[in-house]
Amino acid sequence: MPFVSPESFAKQTIASIQEYSILCWRAVANLFSRPRYWADIYTQMDSIGVGSMPIVVLTGFFTGCVLALQSATSLQAFGSVSLTGNLVALSMVKELGPVLTGLMVSGRNASGMASEIGSMKVTEQIDAMRALGTDPVRKLVTPRVYATVFMLFFLTIVSDAVGIAGGALVSVTLMGLNASSYFHNSYRALEYGDVVQGLTKPLFSGFIIATVGCYFGMTTKGGTQGVGKATTQAVVYSSVFIIIVDFIVSRAMIGIFGR
Amino acid sequence: MPADIAVGNTSQAQQSPDSADPVVVVDDVSITFDIKPVLQNISFTVHRGETRIILGPAGGGKSVVMKLVNGLIRPDSGTICVFGENVTRMHETDLFKLRERIGMVFQESALFDSLSVEDNVAYRLHEDRVPEEEAHERVIEALQFVELENTIAKFPSELSGGMRRRVSIARAIIAKPDLILYDSPTGGLDPITSTTIIDLVIKQRDVTHTTSLLITHRLQDAFLLARNRFNQQTGKIEPIPNGEVDDSTKFLVLNEGQVVFDGTTHELVHSTDPWLREYLS
Repeated sequence: MPFVSPESFAKQTIASIQEYSILCWRAVANLFSRPRYWADIYTQMDSIGVGSMPIVVLTGFFTGCVLALQSATSLQAFGSVSLTGNLVALSMVKELGPVLTGLMVSGRNASGMASEIGSMKVTEQIDAMRALGTDPVRKLVTPRVYATVFMLFFLTIVSDAVGIAGGALVSVTLMGLNASSYFHNSYRALEYGDVVQGLTKPLFSGFIIATVGCYFGMTTKGGTQGVGKATTQAVVYSSVFIIIVDFIVSRAMIGIFGR
Repeated sequence: MPADIAVGNTSQAQQSPDSADPVVVVDDVSITFDIKPVLQNISFTVHRGETRIILGPAGGGKSVVMKLVNGLIRPDSGTICVFGENVTRMHETDLFKLRERIGMVFQESALFDSLSVEDNVAYRLHEDRVPEEEAHERVIEALQFVELENTIAKFPSELSGGMRRRVSIARAIIAKPDLILYDSPTGGLDPITSTTIIDLVIKQRDVTHTTSLLITHRLQDAFLLARNRFNQQTGKIEPIPNGEVDDSTKFLVLNEGQVVFDGTTHELVHSTDPWLREYLS
């Protein structure tokens, strides 16, 4: 790979940020003017939301299981094993549910979007779409952005629920805790601010997954190798952004709700 | 045979007051990709009803001209007017409206591989919310024109290269455009299939007299277009008698981003330019 001068690197970076920002703005604004591609939005909801259910359920469930298992060891030292439900619920709802769901959906869908749109780009299908009088951002990006934001919200709720259920299974079957007290503790541990925090994060993550995936797809260059590169970059960038934005949202929410 | 295809807009446009105005005017256009100049100060005009064949060696900037005319890319300098509108300065949303009057056949067909042949051909009709029954009828009509009505339910991956190119032509003509851009419709095809495609272009030219630009690097395709005509009585392609050539077919030869020749078939054949003579030989 040739070295680039700091000046051209800075220019390229700023140009990419500008291009990404314009794409994001157009993707969001397109829903407020005609034509709207509702059928594409529903198709994407099915593909992104329903299609990601298995991995989200499995990840959430086993994360809950392992969380209960690991926390029990520490809690035992303080004689507070009964607080396992408390810890699992808080961890899942505030942090692990939203972040892990975001990362899993990013791995599955940001890559899918980048490779699908990237393949369309290198085979001139995007140009053909423009030549046929259709705005590719309106037809391809907008449905993916709204579908991902909408569905990731519900996928996170599913992940939280199965995580708490997984924690319950481990607590009851392996550690001999009372199921009723586990769920009671879980329920009591959660406050309004925790739930708001946990459900705000997927809105940001969903937006990042779709816009980053589509951005790398729309800017693909150079044939099949370019599609591969776009796919990898989409997953890497969206995963890193999800974690960075998770930190920022957490800090902001702690500032608002005090916990 | 649906000989009336694509006559609607064309006939209306021909009756309009601006019918004498050129359809495409490319004026002093230059474009550079990275540091490589692809087109340097090229100018040419395409009049209504004209079929302009763009010839030249590979890498000469032919496809770039096509994309510039359709507003898919913008030049670094110069102006391009299509139907009297400056596409180099138009907003993308206005370009979408202008492109409703332009049909384009891409080099590699560029069919949407997730859609069936019917949905590909009917794409623009579906965008315009044409009723399903009418759209289906028009798809069949367009597919009959390219003699592929039996592939209507197939997917692009099930078609051969030549068939995909023909479906692409059907997609370009279904909306009855006033200008058709053929970007290397015979590129990468065997000679027999290429002749079939050129026959379709001749048929489209002689039935509807739609203005068109056609890129090719095969001289035999270019001269086939110039020397043949479509006989509407017999429904067949035949040579123009007495060795005459089609008046509406003109040539533009590009080499290394510059216009080497711009004129009629007769002028091209009798050119004394040494490079051109060598290229044609």
